[in-house]
Amino acid sequence: MSSDPAATHDSASTHGSASTHDATRPQGTRSTWATQDTPGPSRAHDPHRSIRPVRALAVDPLLDDPATRIVVCCGSGGVGKTTTAAALGLRAAERGRKVVVLTIDPARRLAQSMGIDSLDNVPRRVKGIDDSAGGELHAMMLDMKRTFDEIVEAHADPERAAAILGNPFYQSLSAGFAGTQEYMAMEKLGQLRARDEWDLIVVDTPPSRSALDFLDAPKRLGSFLDGKLIRVLLAPAKMGGRAGMKFLNVGMSMMTGALGKILGGQLLRDVQTFVAAMDSMFGGFRTRADATYKLLQAPGTAFLVVAAPERDALREAAYFVERLAAEDMPLAGLVLNRVHGSGAAQLSAERALAAAENLDEVRIVDQQSGKVGLRSSSDTYDSPEPPASEGSASEAPAPESGSPAEDRAATDRATADGRSTADDRTVEQLTAGLLRLHAERMQLLSREQRTRDRFTALHPEVAVAEVAALPGDVHDLAGLRDIGDRLAAIRPELPESGVEVETGA
Amino acid sequence: MGGLVTLEYVSRLQVVSGKGGTGKTTVAAALALALATEGKRALLVEVEGRQGIAQLFETEALPYEERKIAVAPGGGEVYALAIDPELALLDYLQMFYKLGGAGRALKKLGAIDFATTIAPGLRDVLLTGKACEAVRRKERDGRFTYDYVVMDAPPTGRITRFLNVNDEVAGLAKIGPIHNQAQAVMRVLKSPETAVHLVTLLEEMPVQETADGIAELRAARLPVGRIIVNMVRPTVLDSADLEFMAAASRPAVARALSSAGLGGARRGGGAERLVQPLLGQAEEYAERHTLEQEQRAVLREAGLPLHELPLLAEGMDLAGLYELATELRQQGIS
Repeated sequence: MSSDPAATHDSASTHGSASTHDATRPQGTRSTWATQDTPGPSRAHDPHRSIRPVRALAVDPLLDDPATRIVVCCGSGGVGKTTTAAALGLRAAERGRKVVVLTIDPARRLAQSMGIDSLDNVPRRVKGIDDSAGGELHAMMLDMKRTFDEIVEAHADPERAAAILGNPFYQSLSAGFAGTQEYMAMEKLGQLRARDEWDLIVVDTPPSRSALDFLDAPKRLGSFLDGKLIRVLLAPAKMGGRAGMKFLNVGMSMMTGALGKILGGQLLRDVQTFVAAMDSMFGGFRTRADATYKLLQAPGTAFLVVAAPERDALREAAYFVERLAAEDMPLAGLVLNRVHGSGAAQLSAERALAAAENLDEVRIVDQQSGKVGLRSSSDTYDSPEPPASEGSASEAPAPESGSPAEDRAATDRATADGRSTADDRTVEQLTAGLLRLHAERMQLLSREQRTRDRFTALHPEVAVAEVAALPGDVHDLAGLRDIGDRLAAIRPELPESGVEVETGA
Repeated sequence: MGGLVTLEYVSRLQVVSGKGGTGKTTVAAALALALATEGKRALLVEVEGRQGIAQLFETEALPYEERKIAVAPGGGEVYALAIDPELALLDYLQMFYKLGGAGRALKKLGAIDFATTIAPGLRDVLLTGKACEAVRRKERDGRFTYDYVVMDAPPTGRITRFLNVNDEVAGLAKIGPIHNQAQAVMRVLKSPETAVHLVTLLEEMPVQETADGIAELRAARLPVGRIIVNMVRPTVLDSADLEFMAAASRPAVARALSSAGLGGARRGGGAERLVQPLLGQAEEYAERHTLEQEQRAVLREAGLPLHELPLLAEGMDLAGLYELATELRQQGIS
C-alpha cells in the first residue's frame, strides 16, 4: 500500500480527542460531525417530534473535511444504500472534492444516471456535474470475478495464473462464494485507496443477507485460505512420506479419504490442484484482508449506517452500530431514508378523519333532502379557530352540533363551485378524500416516529440525518443532487415535495 | 404451465423470493399460515440464518429443529425450521455415511466451514436438499409429513443461482455423492411440485428486479409461480378524484374544510392554511398513483397470476400476519 492513511493525516487535529472513546461514549461514536443536541425550535411545532432531542448529523462538514478519505455506506437491503452513496459522492464532488464512488450492485437506471452502465471494473469520470468548485466525480461498478482474476494475475507467474483461472473450483469460488463479493469490494477499496488518486472514496456495501457480512467476509476467506484444511489438502503433494510425520500422515490420509468419499474423488483432486496453485498467494490474502480491515478502522474512514424508518431496517441498523463499535470502526452517523413529513402536522389524524366523516354526512343529508339552503353563511368564514385542537382529538369527535345549518350552507355553495367541472364529484367528496389522505400520512408519521424513537433510545449517541421521502425513484444527476440536498439539510423538519411554501398573493 | 393444472394443483414446495425490503419473510409466513388452514400441516423454512421467522412470530431464536410455531385457522399447524448449513452437512454425513466421529474431526479441521461457506454450490445443495427432504418425507402410514413446505429463500438477485444447484455443482462434482444429491434436488425443484413466487412492491427498482428474476428463472427452467405485490397502499383518491382535483377551486376546498369544523376559510384562517399542504400531499399521491399504475402494467406483462397484499396501517405484527394469510386464501392462492 503506497500510503498509510493513518500516517498521512493528522488525526488529532480533525477527529476529536481521545475522549471520543472514553467512558462517556461507550459506542465509540465520532462526534466531530454531529451538531449539538437540537432540542429544536424547528421541531417545536410538531408534537411528535419534540419528545427526544436527536443529534443531527452534519453531512457537509463530513464531506468537506480533507481528512475524510473513505465513506462506507452500510445497511440492510432495500434501504437506499447505493443511492445514498451516489448522492454523497455527487455532493462532495460538486463541493470541490475529487471523488470516486464504488457501487456494488446498482439498479440499472441509477447506474445509467452516472454513466456507468458498462461493468468494466474501472472508475469512469461522470459527466454533467457542476465542477465550478474544482471537483470531479468518478464512478465504478464492482466486477467481483474480474477483481479476483486481477489479484491472481498480479501475484502469480503467467503459467500458474492460467492454471488457477482454468480450475473449475476457482471458477465457482470467484463467481459465487457467499463472501467473495464482500471480500472483493474491500479488496477494490484497498486498491483505490492505495492509488491515492482521489480525495474521497465513497463505497457502497454488497446487498448481504445481513448488513454485517462484509465485515466478516475478508476474515473468513483469509482464515480459510490460510487454515488447517488447506494444509491437509496440500499435504499429499508436499510431504510425501517423511519420517516423524507418520502419525500425522495417518490422520491426513483418513481425512482425505473421508473428504474424497463425500466430495467425490474428482472434486477433491480439483480442490487439491487449486490449493497447490494458490499456495504462494495465501499469505498475501491474509495480509491483504488484515490491511483492509485496518484501513476501515483508520481515522479518515467514516461509516454511515443507512436505514429506512421501518422496524426491520432499524433493528439491523442498531446491530450494525453495536458491531462497528465492537470492531472499533468509526461510525459517523445514521442516514434515515424515506422519512415522511407533513406541511399540515397541526391537524391530527383523528381530527382529519372526524372532519372527513362530517363532510360525508353533510353530503348524504344533501342528497336526501335535495334542497339547497340559501341562508347566509358569512359567519362560517369568520369563525375563529375551533377550540377543538385539544378537545376533538378524542376517539370519536362528534361533528360540531352548533351550526349544522351553516355547515350545510357552506357545503352547498362549495358544491355549486365544484359541480361546474365534474359530473359526479363534489368538493366535499374531494375534501373528505384529502383529509383521509392526510390522516393516513399522519399515522405513517407517528409510526415512523415510534420506530425511530426506539432506535434513539438504544443509541442516543448516534447522529442522524433524515432524508425526506420522494414519491418516485431517482434516475438522473438532478435527482441525486436533490437527495444530497435533503441529506445535508440539518433542519430535521421535512420539506414537502410538491408543496410550494409561498402563498398566492 | 397450463392454467388448469396450476388451478387444481397447489405445489407442495413453495419458494418465496423478492428484493430486499419487500417483505418476503412476511409473505412466506403468511403463505404458510394460509396453506395450513383447515387441518393441513405446513413447514416454514429459513435458509439465510437471519432468524426472521422467530422475529415475526415473536418467539425465541429457532434451533436447527422442526418446531411448531403457530396454529392456523381450522386447526392446521405451522412448523418452522431454520436450516443451518453446517448442521445440515453433519446431518447429511450422518444419514448417508454414518460418519459421526469423522464428521466432528472434519469440523475441527475447518472442512465443514469450507464446504458450507466457501464452496457456494455445496452450501446451496445442502440448504435446498434439506428442504426437498422435508417435502418428500413420509410418515409410517405413508402420508406426507408436511402437506406443504414454504421456503423463505434468498433475494431475487440470487434466487436462480441458489435453486439451480445442478449447474452450480456440475463444474465441481461431475460424479460422486454430491453430484447425485444435486440431481435429486433438481428433480424436485424443476417439477410441478415446486413453485417459485416473487414478492415485490409497486416501485420501479423491485419491479425491474422481479422482471429480471422471472426471466432468469424461466431461462433456467425453474417453475415460476406467482407475483405477490406487498404493502399496497389503499386507494384513498381514485382517478376521478384526482381529475376533479386538478380543476377544483382552492376557496371551495377551504370552505369545505371550514364547514367540517376545521377553522376559518378566509386567508390566514385555520381551514385556509390547510388547503395548500393537503393539496400538496394529494399531488404527491397522484404522482405515486401514476407510477404505481405503470409498475402494475410492467408486472402484468409477465403473464403470471398477480396478487396484492395491503399495507397494514399498524405495521407488521402477529395479528397482521393472520390478516395477510386470510387475504391470500381469499385470493385463492392456497
